[in-house]
Amino acid sequence: MTADELSLQLADLRPRLVRFARLQLRDDAAAEDAVQDALLAAAENAERFEGASAAATWVFAILRNKLVDEFRRRGRDPVALAGNEGEAALESLFEEQFDARGHWRDPPPAWSDPAASLEQKRFWEVFEICISSLPERPARVFGMRELLGMESEEICKELGISSSNCWVLLHRARLGLRDCLSRRWFGEH
Amino acid sequence: MLSCKDATELISQGMDRRLSLVERFGLRLHLLICRGCRATEQHLGFLRNASSAWRQHHEAPPSTPQGDSK
Repeated sequence: MTADELSLQLADLRPRLVRFARLQLRDDAAAEDAVQDALLAAAENAERFEGASAAATWVFAILRNKLVDEFRRRGRDPVALAGNEGEAALESLFEEQFDARGHWRDPPPAWSDPAASLEQKRFWEVFEICISSLPERPARVFGMRELLGMESEEICKELGISSSNCWVLLHRARLGLRDCLSRRWFGEH
Repeated sequence: MLSCKDATELISQGMDRRLSLVERFGLRLHLLICRGCRATEQHLGFLRNASSAWRQHHEAPPSTPQGDSK
């Protein structure tokens, strides 16, 4: 495959790549840059690919590495490292659900037929809004775990945080998302 | 006896590491009697499925009208 053929094939992949990067980097310019770099790297290796799907898989692997590099870089930023107001709010959201003995004040009800939501376009808008409204660090760890599909050990290593810190961030992120989806989608409140 | 607060932590951690036998046993026992924690388990499981569907949607190869290597 020539570079021209490849760039044509990958053109319709680009918007999806940008959305993929944007939700995780939370920075439009950084997302565009990461996608651009990944596409350029693919173009340079065009002759290696038999078809568009092999190239797409490869581009995603490159993009994924670029996102992890960026997270690693941000992880060293002392400002970003410190817990912030958003995380404190997420922590109280968690604590306030329980009484002094650790029992539910108001047990959450089950969602009825949540799988049906996956077919609805509007659900995905709410899903992305909820992820975007998480504080930076829990969102990053959740994204690495669930959207990039990394193992939690790998995440701790990349970000230089302890396993228990990693589990706490994942747990708070998940309960934050549960709360957001309950309010904004499953409408139980 | 596990509190609901601890149970939610174990539900979440069970998605990231293999729980010990004692942890698994304690959690199963708690879930039998606690509806709020069963709902939480459902919610977090759904979040995992939704995230994985989101990822697959974005990672799907470009459409191939000429039907290249499938």
